[in-house]
Amino acid sequence: MPRNLRRWGPPLLLISPSLILVAVFVYGLLGVNAKTAMTDVHTAAQTTGRAPSSFVGLENFGDLLTSPDFQHSLRNLVLYTVVFLAGTMLFGFLWAWLLDRPVRFEGLFRSIYLFPMAVSFVASGVVWRWLLNSNQGESASGLNRLFQMVGLDFLQNNWWNSVNWGIAAIAIPAVWQLSGYVMALFLAGFRGIPHELREAARMDGASEWKLYRHVLFPQLSPVALSAVIIVGHMSLKAFDLIMSISKPANYQTKVPAIDMYVFKSSFDYASSAAVGVILLVVVAVLIVPYLVHLNRTEKHR
Amino acid sequence: MTAAAAELTTPIPAADRAPARSRGGFSVGRTLKYAVLLAFLLVVLIPVYVLVVTSFKGPGDASPARAWNLPTTWTLDNWTAAWTALSPALWRTVQMVVPAAIISSFLGSMNGFVLSRWRFRGADLVFTLILFGMFIPYQAVMIPLLQLMLGMGVPSGVPSLILLHVIYGIPITTLIFRNYYQTIPNELIEASRVDGAGMLRTYASVVLPISVPSFVVVLIWQFTSAWNDFLFAVFFSSSQNGPVTLALNNLANGALLTNYGQSMAGALLASFPTLLVYVLLGKYFIGGLMSGSVKG
Repeated sequence: MPRNLRRWGPPLLLISPSLILVAVFVYGLLGVNAKTAMTDVHTAAQTTGRAPSSFVGLENFGDLLTSPDFQHSLRNLVLYTVVFLAGTMLFGFLWAWLLDRPVRFEGLFRSIYLFPMAVSFVASGVVWRWLLNSNQGESASGLNRLFQMVGLDFLQNNWWNSVNWGIAAIAIPAVWQLSGYVMALFLAGFRGIPHELREAARMDGASEWKLYRHVLFPQLSPVALSAVIIVGHMSLKAFDLIMSISKPANYQTKVPAIDMYVFKSSFDYASSAAVGVILLVVVAVLIVPYLVHLNRTEKHR
Repeated sequence: MTAAAAELTTPIPAADRAPARSRGGFSVGRTLKYAVLLAFLLVVLIPVYVLVVTSFKGPGDASPARAWNLPTTWTLDNWTAAWTALSPALWRTVQMVVPAAIISSFLGSMNGFVLSRWRFRGADLVFTLILFGMFIPYQAVMIPLLQLMLGMGVPSGVPSLILLHVIYGIPITTLIFRNYYQTIPNELIEASRVDGAGMLRTYASVVLPISVPSFVVVLIWQFTSAWNDFLFAVFFSSSQNGPVTLALNNLANGALLTNYGQSMAGALLASFPTLLVYVLLGKYFIGGLMSGSVKG
């Protein structure tokens, strides 16, 4: 036993601060949050314990999932994710494909395409709020004015002020910020493909399309999976951009993360925690299989 | 510079310089390609143009018809106003991100070393459990976190935010360091063990000295994400003690009528440090992006 302790003790000791912190602040709090989500703490008095609260099981989840208001948030989240994912994957792949072969000024193109990644959503929200201004005609500024100037008047629209599609407009700045990241991932993927593979395919007389279809795409699929996971999980947490472009109180652009904040502001801790649990479940359904898959592929190496 | 370090700082290899059809001269395909690349470049830069131009405009340029024009008179008024409004918050943000980045880097380094080079039974499971912390939506811990921080008496503002960025930075810093340490040759560790050095000696005298490139990557990554954070700022600080993202949001959304000139000067001010890091240390920044996404 003492010998074992001498072998296992030091490494465990070295990572114990992190282990304790992660155990408490990740797993512990996830548990407490789930517990809070199953109580009827909906008022300020109850949050401080001045008024009694009791256990209500899954009632809050039922209330949330059946309320049209929250269903609207969920629908928005799906729409936002679809636009965000489709946009970043499309531009990211296209740029990587254009830059894959030797291009003059490659570094310049790459740096400019990627730079929005270094800017906060709040700062980019400031300029996008101006660009996505909903005024049209005489009083138009932003993109609507730009469309007028280049003779594409019909493209003018009210952007994020549309009740059913407004959230898609908020996804535009998100695409602007993250496409460069997806490009960088794909570019690394393209260049990780052994040169011999391409040459061999060409030798065999494969057409360019066949080369992509049977050689390059299969090699790129792990990269594409990483990109989808990263962008998708960012999308589920969408919060900053909506706060800075529209307002948290705006019905048309609200998503679960915004609801969570609004509930918290009115001391409805139980509903707020329940929204958190719902988001966690969605993320877990996506992420846990991915982590397991990563673990397996590592074991095989 | 070891091979591993080279791998970390050149995450995107150069294009194949195969002397393929370099026919030189003019070709339709190539011209089209450059035209497309350039068009995208301009589209990506539209917001930058708007930010810079609007930030120098005076009130005389307020009409929507002049929205896309250059300023009639260039003025620094917006910049001085934004500086007055944001400088205290900028200073607080510096006080927050520097310790947060340094502490979480060291924690990540220790974890990465143990989980890859001085392993114990169950190390992989522990790593996966830590990694999961990277993916949780913070909304799912926020309510009890508010209560816990209140209960522990951590002051709102800078102290709270340092603690939170350190804790929730552990997964990503651990991941990056672990990936990096997996590439250092085992012989180094073994040689140190044969010499009778214990774990701490090995870590301090063999591993830390060759960790510099990885530290640069992780420090930049943590600096950028803490600097740009808004979610924790909203929940754990106020306009009196909060970081620059919160101050900027109040500046841009506080009044009934947005003063766009001021807000945009403010947005540029708030983004300046991270953009500077990106321009000067871009390859390390990308290194962080890559190692944070694709396993070693």
